[in-house]
Amino acid sequence: MLTRNRLLAGTAALVAFSLVGAANAQAPIKIGELNSYKVFPAFLEPYKKGIELAVEEVNAAGGLLGGRKIEVVSRDDNGNPGDAVRVAEELLSREGASFLIGTFPSNVGLAVADFAKQRKVLFIAAEPLTDKIVWDQGNAYTFRLRTSTYMQTAMLIPDAVKLKKKRWAIVYPNYEYGQSATAAFKKLLKEKQPDVEFVAEQATPLGKIDAGAVAQALADAKPDAIFSSLFGPDLAKFVREGQTRGLFKGVEVFNLLAGEPEYLDPLKEESPDGWYVTGYPWSELKTPEHTKFLNAYQAKFKDYPRLGSVVGYATVMSAAEAIKKAGSLDQEKLVAAMSGLSLITPFGMIQYRPLDHQSTMGAYVGQIGVKDGKGYMKNWRFVDGKDALPSDADVQKMRPKN
Amino acid sequence: MTLASFIIQLLNGLAAAASLFLVSAGLSLIFGVTRIVNFAHGSLYMLGLYGAYSLIEFFGRTPLGFWGAVLLAALAVGLVGILIEVLVLRRIYRAPELFQLLATFAVVLVIKDIALFAWGAEDLVGPRAPGLSMAVEIMGRRIPAYDLLLIAIGPVVLTLLWLLLTRTRWGALVRAATQDREMVGALGVDQAKLFTSVFFVGSVLAGLGGALQIPREPANLELDLAIIADAFVVTVVGGLGSIGGAFLAAIVIGVAKAFCIGIGTVTWFGFEISFSKLTLVVEFLIMALVLVVRPYGLLGKPQAAQRAASEPAPPLQVPSWTFALVWLALLALVPLVADRYATILLTDIVCFALFAVSLHFIMGPAGMVSFGHAAYFGIGAYAASLLLKRFGLPMEAALLLAPLIAGLFAIAYGWFCVRLSGVYLAMLTLAFAQISWSIVFQWDSVTGGSNGVFGVWPSAWLADKTVYYYLALVLCGAGILFLWRVLFSPFGYALRAGRDSPLRAEAIGIDLRGFQWAAFVLVGALAGLAGAVYAFSKGSISPSSISIAQSTDGLIMVLLGGVETLTGPVVGAAIFTWLRDAVARNTEFWRAVMGGVILLIVLLFPQGLVGGLKALVARWREQRA
Repeated sequence: MLTRNRLLAGTAALVAFSLVGAANAQAPIKIGELNSYKVFPAFLEPYKKGIELAVEEVNAAGGLLGGRKIEVVSRDDNGNPGDAVRVAEELLSREGASFLIGTFPSNVGLAVADFAKQRKVLFIAAEPLTDKIVWDQGNAYTFRLRTSTYMQTAMLIPDAVKLKKKRWAIVYPNYEYGQSATAAFKKLLKEKQPDVEFVAEQATPLGKIDAGAVAQALADAKPDAIFSSLFGPDLAKFVREGQTRGLFKGVEVFNLLAGEPEYLDPLKEESPDGWYVTGYPWSELKTPEHTKFLNAYQAKFKDYPRLGSVVGYATVMSAAEAIKKAGSLDQEKLVAAMSGLSLITPFGMIQYRPLDHQSTMGAYVGQIGVKDGKGYMKNWRFVDGKDALPSDADVQKMRPKN
Repeated sequence: MTLASFIIQLLNGLAAAASLFLVSAGLSLIFGVTRIVNFAHGSLYMLGLYGAYSLIEFFGRTPLGFWGAVLLAALAVGLVGILIEVLVLRRIYRAPELFQLLATFAVVLVIKDIALFAWGAEDLVGPRAPGLSMAVEIMGRRIPAYDLLLIAIGPVVLTLLWLLLTRTRWGALVRAATQDREMVGALGVDQAKLFTSVFFVGSVLAGLGGALQIPREPANLELDLAIIADAFVVTVVGGLGSIGGAFLAAIVIGVAKAFCIGIGTVTWFGFEISFSKLTLVVEFLIMALVLVVRPYGLLGKPQAAQRAASEPAPPLQVPSWTFALVWLALLALVPLVADRYATILLTDIVCFALFAVSLHFIMGPAGMVSFGHAAYFGIGAYAASLLLKRFGLPMEAALLLAPLIAGLFAIAYGWFCVRLSGVYLAMLTLAFAQISWSIVFQWDSVTGGSNGVFGVWPSAWLADKTVYYYLALVLCGAGILFLWRVLFSPFGYALRAGRDSPLRAEAIGIDLRGFQWAAFVLVGALAGLAGAVYAFSKGSISPSSISIAQSTDGLIMVLLGGVETLTGPVVGAAIFTWLRDAVARNTEFWRAVMGGVILLIVLLFPQGLVGGLKALVARWREQRA
């Protein structure tokens, strides 16, 4: 009896073992994704769709690492770095995520980057624009996809220099993004045009701009040109007040991000004609890689993509390529694979620079026009990210060695 | 600033003040009569904007369509107000003070997700007012005609409200109820109807304030919290229940902001000072100044002696040592049986439990409600981080010194706060918290500005999450037990005496103000300890740890668990943290689910979870006996 029981137990164990083993070979690769979905829904809902599309494409193409499907497990970090670190830990230890992607605000991105360094896991920061995440606070485990504040600002500089305007006024949302955009703009413009004068500077609380008073204060300084890094509701209010009060008459305006559909589309017929912006002219891009993305996106969601969609899509694609290149889910191998990784995104070929882990994803620079009661980007050109970065020596000076 | 720009900025400030006044007047009215701190008032304002946007799209952009939509949106928001009052608040008027705040907080969450569901995530830029889209030239500058109309609307509404309050029977009842609502009830006035009608009028004002903003402000989902703090500030600066005061305060704050922007950056004695950056916090600076000089706001009167809406708080029960030790032992066993993440979640819960218990100490037994308790949590967290990163102290020393620094700040802030009482006190604590927040947020070179401080990891021997959990458990557990123990010392009894009867306490020789100040410092230091433990568990700290949201979380935890029990705040902290973790993970509209769960708890357990359970047990025992 004893032997028979043992035999039975042994068989059962064997069967169970083989079942588990089979399941393991087919178990999906989990990628942990966290973002401030409820705090920045305008950007992050399209972003999430971009992620879904990418996951679908990767899996339809047969998955990774010998047929394993990928699965993105998403969490809301509440826009709070403390929550984000907890959620990141949950994704890794409870969900069994292989590594982390995502985040939107600078402070959350930086907190998760620091966590990734401590925990020694790969983190691909999708959206945070802060320069610090790859420079001052850069670390071995963190990579960043998006064109950073510095890069987007630098992309606008050639047009600004060409106009030869002397008196500049500046308005920015009062936190890291606006502050660094302003600092970078002043520094870069001064280098190219030493006689430039900055005649007014307004730091407005995020989401709470007193647009009328700000427009008036800028007008009082009689600027020739304005540099703004406002976005979202602040931008819409500033545009309306400035137009009503005649602030923009005879004044050139540069505005980071204002050409992104997320922020341009709500302005509709009031979209400010002639503003120089960075953005995403989705309806005008004719490159094969973008057309393919656009068609797939529209077929799946019956909606046009926003910039967030491209960011979500490209982030997952980067992760998939990294897994493919590493051939394993080992952290050190993944990190090694990410460094110098090249891939095709809807914006063309990008590379994650070994030097600072910044991707060379570019952005579109152009002017806002109005057509049929809608804003669009005209006179646009694509600027490759690698042409908008400081010299390698400068980067090395900023980035801590580790 | 030239004279011309001075005048124009004055007009800008007045225009900005109009909507602020409408919203605040509604808030003031509701608070005056019902004593409810209505968090959802900002959500009503937001609904006013969204409602007006949709109605204008529906009616068309004609003058009639525009103004019809604005008025209709305001009335519709009034109906939403009635719904909130009848369905939720009416059931909990007899609950302990401030408990209704918990319900209105839940309503905020629900309304936000409903708005997201109904109107989508994209900002909705409304049309300009038909016929008023142009600008008027004044002193060579262009001012939107609509702004001039808004400037006129403020005094008109003020006059109408004044007539309503002084010339009608309803107004007389409202004023009487603001003074003494029990007496009004005793004289045969149907309080339920009165409260509902006040809620309606207050909500209409919020909705109107929102709808009128449609040509100036895109409808978006952040509006509710953006306006609510300002509306509270205006209400308190003006003096609670004083409509004229709210008008004055709205103008002071609106104009002060416009002038900060108008002055811009100036150079004094070689220092560059950016007044535009002050817009982040100027309303709280004004509030702190006003409250220090005039403890009841600009036009407020000392609050009439208020009979408690509910029974006086029952005597506290000492949790037995065995009870506490059994729980500590159980918590110590968790890492042995559960996974790594459970330990990490528990570390969060333990930190928040100490934070909530310290808040409960001050708002329950000591009777001083704090809306800005995160100040000490955040200062503790920042002190620990900065001592480690900037002063190079060992982590252990930073952890132990941080509470002392938080305590030092509590000495300074507390000195001012204990001179006030009631909501004025609560709002002064909020002012100090916001001032601290804005300094941390802007002082890049020291605090890392909006990003915060990174690389705040514990020493090697504490790096393991389980070990760190034990440290957190020991430190926070000791803090909690210490605070509970203090409540049953003569000091604790004196505080409770002071809460229940300040006059008698003074009469038997208790230096109440001194005791309250000491209590302030004690809880400040322990909240600082919670913050420091929290910072090292996260490896980084950001200004959100001092934000209004963090203070609100603390209040929610205390109220959820039950303010009249000792263990309530601990249970509240655990449930709230766990709930957020579990709900945010599994649902898309998690905020609405969260709000719904809190509402359910509110309606089922009007004394908080622990209070409610205790009442159930007591009733069961009675029946058996």
